[in-house]
Amino acid sequence: MVRFSGLSLFAKALGNHQSWPELWPDAQPKPAYDAVIVGAGGHGLGAAYYLAKKYGITKVAVIEKGWLGGGNTGRNTTIVRSNYLYDESAHLYDHAVKLWDGLSQDLNFNVMYSKRGVMMLAHNVHDIQSFQRHIHANRLNGVDNEWLTPEQAKEYCPPLDISPEARYPVLGAALQRRGGTARHDSVAWGYARAASALGVDIIQNCMVTGIRRGADGAVEGVETTRGYIATKKVGVSAAGNTSVVMRMAGLDFPLESYPLQALVSEPVKPVFPCVVMSNTVHAYISQSDKGELVIGAGTDQYVSYSQRGALHIVEHTLAAICEIFPMFRRMRMLRNWGGIVDVTPDRSPILGKTPVPGLYVNCGWGTGGFKATPGAGDLLAYTIAKDEPHPINAPFNLDRFRGGRLIDEAAAAAVAH
Amino acid sequence: MSGYRIDGLGRVDRSRRVNFTFDGQAYAGFAGDSLASALLAHGVTLFGRSFKYHRPRGLLGAGAEEPNALVTVERGGGVFTPNLRATAVEIHEGLVARSQNRWPSLKTDFGSINDRLGRFFPAGFYNKTFMWPRSFWEKLYEPAIRRMAGLGDAPTVADPDHYAATYAHCELLIIGAGPAGIDAALEAAGTKQRVILIDENAEMGGGALADPALAAWLERSLKALAEAPNVTLLKRTTAFGYYHDNFIGAVERLTDHLANPGPQSLRAPREQLWRIRAGEVVLATGAIERPLVFAGNDVPGVMLASAARTFLFRDGVAVGRNVAVMAAHDSGWKDACAMARAGMGVAAIIDCRSEVDPALVQEAESLGIDCLIHWSVVGVNGRHGVKSVQVLHHDDFLDRRLPCDALLMAGGWTPSVHLWSHSLGSLAWSDDWGAYLPDKPNEKVRCVGACAGKWSFGSGMNVGHLETNRNPAAIKAFVDFQNDVTAKDISLAVREGMKSVEHIKRYTTNGMATDQGKTSNLNALQLASAAMGKPVPEIGLTTFRPPYTPQTFGALAGHAQGPLFQPTRKSPIDSWAEAQGAVYEPVAQWRRARYFPKPGEDMHKAVARECLAVRERVGIFDASTLGKIEVIGPDAAEFLNRMYTNPWKALEPGRCRYGLLLGEDGFIRDDGVSARMAPDRFHLTTTTGGAARVLNMMEDYLQTEWPDLDVWLTSTTEQWAVIALQGPKAREVIAPLVQGIDLSPEAFPHMAVREGTICGVPTRLFRVSFTGELGFEINVPAGFGRHVWEQVFAAGQAHGITPYGTETMHVLRAEKGFIIVGQDTDGTVTPHDAGLDWAVGKKKPDFVGKRSLARPDIVADGRKQLVGLLTDNPAEVLEEGAQIVADPNQPVPMKMIGHVTSSYASATLGRSIAMALVADGRARVGQKLHIPMPGRVITATVTDTLFYDREGSRLDG
Amino acid sequence: MILIHCPYCDEQRPGLEFAYAGEAHIARPADPSALSDEEWERFLFIRANPRGRHHERWRHIHGCARFFNAVRDTVSDKFELTYKAGEPRK
Repeated sequence: MVRFSGLSLFAKALGNHQSWPELWPDAQPKPAYDAVIVGAGGHGLGAAYYLAKKYGITKVAVIEKGWLGGGNTGRNTTIVRSNYLYDESAHLYDHAVKLWDGLSQDLNFNVMYSKRGVMMLAHNVHDIQSFQRHIHANRLNGVDNEWLTPEQAKEYCPPLDISPEARYPVLGAALQRRGGTARHDSVAWGYARAASALGVDIIQNCMVTGIRRGADGAVEGVETTRGYIATKKVGVSAAGNTSVVMRMAGLDFPLESYPLQALVSEPVKPVFPCVVMSNTVHAYISQSDKGELVIGAGTDQYVSYSQRGALHIVEHTLAAICEIFPMFRRMRMLRNWGGIVDVTPDRSPILGKTPVPGLYVNCGWGTGGFKATPGAGDLLAYTIAKDEPHPINAPFNLDRFRGGRLIDEAAAAAVAH
Repeated sequence: MSGYRIDGLGRVDRSRRVNFTFDGQAYAGFAGDSLASALLAHGVTLFGRSFKYHRPRGLLGAGAEEPNALVTVERGGGVFTPNLRATAVEIHEGLVARSQNRWPSLKTDFGSINDRLGRFFPAGFYNKTFMWPRSFWEKLYEPAIRRMAGLGDAPTVADPDHYAATYAHCELLIIGAGPAGIDAALEAAGTKQRVILIDENAEMGGGALADPALAAWLERSLKALAEAPNVTLLKRTTAFGYYHDNFIGAVERLTDHLANPGPQSLRAPREQLWRIRAGEVVLATGAIERPLVFAGNDVPGVMLASAARTFLFRDGVAVGRNVAVMAAHDSGWKDACAMARAGMGVAAIIDCRSEVDPALVQEAESLGIDCLIHWSVVGVNGRHGVKSVQVLHHDDFLDRRLPCDALLMAGGWTPSVHLWSHSLGSLAWSDDWGAYLPDKPNEKVRCVGACAGKWSFGSGMNVGHLETNRNPAAIKAFVDFQNDVTAKDISLAVREGMKSVEHIKRYTTNGMATDQGKTSNLNALQLASAAMGKPVPEIGLTTFRPPYTPQTFGALAGHAQGPLFQPTRKSPIDSWAEAQGAVYEPVAQWRRARYFPKPGEDMHKAVARECLAVRERVGIFDASTLGKIEVIGPDAAEFLNRMYTNPWKALEPGRCRYGLLLGEDGFIRDDGVSARMAPDRFHLTTTTGGAARVLNMMEDYLQTEWPDLDVWLTSTTEQWAVIALQGPKAREVIAPLVQGIDLSPEAFPHMAVREGTICGVPTRLFRVSFTGELGFEINVPAGFGRHVWEQVFAAGQAHGITPYGTETMHVLRAEKGFIIVGQDTDGTVTPHDAGLDWAVGKKKPDFVGKRSLARPDIVADGRKQLVGLLTDNPAEVLEEGAQIVADPNQPVPMKMIGHVTSSYASATLGRSIAMALVADGRARVGQKLHIPMPGRVITATVTDTLFYDREGSRLDG
Repeated sequence: MILIHCPYCDEQRPGLEFAYAGEAHIARPADPSALSDEEWERFLFIRANPRGRHHERWRHIHGCARFFNAVRDTVSDKFELTYKAGEPRK
């Protein structure tokens, strides 16, 4: 692996960039691996990287039905934060945030993680109660999150409209300064390159068609469109298609897949310094390094794998954005796309073992998987290597749906009155 | 007007001169000019700066495909719109436009240093560096990158314009009013079909606008369409997205082309969103010419041949006096000859092909045009305009200088299949076109004309990079002009292992600029194909995403702005509260009076006063927002018995009951007091925010699980105004107003309901209390709500009646330990957790959620239970949401055992009170727990949740 | 926006008039208390979530307000048919 640096860039530039090697070789499937990861998104590639780097398991294949990073990794709004309420969630996401910090150096690939701050707006008394609950819980968990008055919020994010006459006035905000954004594609590419350098095979355009199990029920290998691959350990990290893959192992999952849309504006000069989210108005927005306003829209209401959402979802999202930021009404939407998100009944992920020996799963991240990328990869790698979950992901097991020990962040923010 | 305007050509109105400015310089054009054509007529070639290298750029195209000439248009008062294509801006008197992404000026842009250093900024450079030292990324590198990036400035003042939205339905929607689209419309004109023909330009005609031979046909056809009663013509309207089941989004631009759109109060909407449902869609979206890839292809003055042709014949502007054409396609020859015949000087046609149709060559030569066949342009001389080009003979590989003042590129044609692809129609590669053509439809849609590949521009050669005698690794030959993606970026991406077209796109940013790759995608594919040694169809094609061209946020938001964003729901009594100076809070979509401050009072003082008034005398409260459902039918009691946790069948008519509703997962969803009005009739109440959810849930069970039950559910939330009268004097206040109801405690006990009249208005009078005081809830038809409220308020004057708001209501109920669903519960709380076991029917075999209450983790120890908390310091009011620990001295991360759900200063008790969910809370009553706040720790004692009037003696007044 | 045929109104109407109501034919057990935790979990949470033919429920909430069943392809989002609640799985 050619080490990336300003110096190597300079040196290669003098040679007109003719001698850069491939970031990752396009591997052909071998007959057998120690572990196979299904799905070459950020999570799956991350798992392969940490398997090789931390646990010395380098005979690993990551198989991907399309192109690496082409699923939700490349379709999200790149928000990173860890200001979750429950201890389990806060530890899970903060584990990821700690890895985000320094990830560029670790991978020797700039993933452009930018701690711009994530600000969540409170528009009513219930929001204030809920955010304060988060802030206090985060503080005692060692996760940064602080309360801002409307004036402080505006100082942090000048485009914010804090006039009391607004339909949903800003009554304050919760700010996580370590939150921010990263460049989504770079994360997948950085992990792919670093994992490849450690000996991991990345096999694209290779779809899993079956999971072969032995007489004892344990995993023996995977059938793919490019042949059979023998392996004792399969980690499934195939957001948007988990139900389909798990059914190959005879497992029914508590998942539903919904279309989620996002959009960007035309690029403009820097105007928006942080990430702003409003659950009440249903809007979240940041500005990319390129200058595009990156805006998350909602999910359509029905199960779908079409990666195609409805116009009225976008209409509603932009109405919400323009309500909070009236100056953006003259901005223009450049691109609008859809992804498929796997949603669990409690909207928390499932990360751990399955009833099938040798089969591990990382799924159900819903609309928020990107932020967890390094953490999910690391914990999936741990779980595969040790055949047991790390204490951080242990609560995110499949059994919780039977027993009722749900980790329901969304319900915790529920509004009634 | 200037040397570039050709007399007798073009459709602009030469009798109407239009003055405008560009970068402060005054110009004049004619009505019908675009900003592009008007500036071209003055010999302007420099329009903008590119995104990354800040290279000087002129016009490439003449329409929606334009990547370079992006401008900001001012609208006065600090209002402006960035990133508009000069080719799509119609000039009007007084138009103020400026260039962007340059400093200090368009001609002298310091940012162009990036161009000099361009070799250090190849595709993906940012992934390879800016990593050391670590802290520099956020402090130095990223801000610098951000400042260099972006195009125009972002608007900074609130947009004063407004936007509209509408729906339309038609049997036939035709998108694109070029010859093919007009033909399709003519075919349907006069039929019974509703037909809509839409076109993005100010004038319909498409390619026909640039073909004088079609002028008469065009005029005749448009007249026929305008007269056809079944045809609607929408110009200046862009169909931007094709959604499920022939649902098309389009935006019509209504005022940007007007010099004076009128005073703001009377102004028409700036744009209108059309949501069109069509029986059949005809796509007549045409085709876009491709540039060619060679060094210098981005110098201002190098443009598409079709654009030059359009400017000449549509606008009467020659893009040069002595132009050269670089062709790989017959259409370049045809355009060159047409322009030469019209009087434009055409010096030469250079064609990279080894053979060209002799008829074309003959025609060109007869017009005095030099024909350089099997030659390529390898360089362009000039910085802000073309002075000459270097041409290379493929045989001797030597290049020669060819003087010209513009270079026109004819690289072939790309059908505009954007909308087709949005509809998930499949595409098939065509070698003839060197492009993808529509194949199998996924909706009821067909393509006609050039976008279907059914238009002959002649034949051409599919070429990636033109032949060159220079080192291809050392030259900048642009593919994506706006994003500054060069041919060598594409080959670098392939060299670095990007094998998928999506990777190449994302790594190089090719096709991701505001033109969305209209002129660059196919060239990038050809280059990638060459670099990988694979045919184009094996590399694939990036997915087309809506919108076809960028669309205004405001238009997409439509009417949903300001008060119409989400209309505020107001109770029938809201206007009274407003007149009293109430302070409101939003609750769900409602606004509710939070408190009624007297002069000089803050919320704390007002609430203390209101609370004491209720406890000592009487308070009046607007509870109209509570959800209400009328449940009717012989099986009504059985139905409620199955839905709610507690038993309903034995409830006597005339009595009320507190109902607790769970989800099937066993967690509390809603609650409310409901009354049995008759054996077959119940009056249910729900929480304010839960009304619609509860009704939907009940309908779901009724319709799909228990269709055998004979029950009807009707939402009556807005039918009833609800006036809560609470306090020891409540009975005295209403006694003179009520008729037909015996108000005595014996005849009308707590948790009873009676029907009669109040102030002459029929009422359902509930005797209920959410405060612990004697209380009534007066339900009257909503239309009489304010009338009755005012009468009651007047009657209460003698008793010191005091209006109170939601904040006081919250305090009073907390003093009695009554929960608020959503505040003291959060969707993870069971009845047992909330201390509501008394409301769960132990003998009932089933109710919604019952089974879940028996799950292992729900019956386990350690669940959080609702308790009271009394701070050691009675003046200390805990923060709602504050976390509770047993050991305040433990290190972070601390073991948290609960949190404060409700907390108030109780004026009645003269101290603070709080409720909290605490692990094993009821077993901890009497224990001291700790609430660590920033910098200090608050200590409180666990109690039960009943803080006031433990005997319940006040209920009867 | 999808078009949905309401089997009660017998009309094809835009999706905005309807509310999705989850997978169809998951009947509430007659006696939930007789179910094991695993069976109850299956009823509460396990969903088919197929890539392809999906049986699902919709409610014509801004129309006749009736719940009904539909078969829709989750890849193309195209409806195959809709039918009234209570009718057998199709």
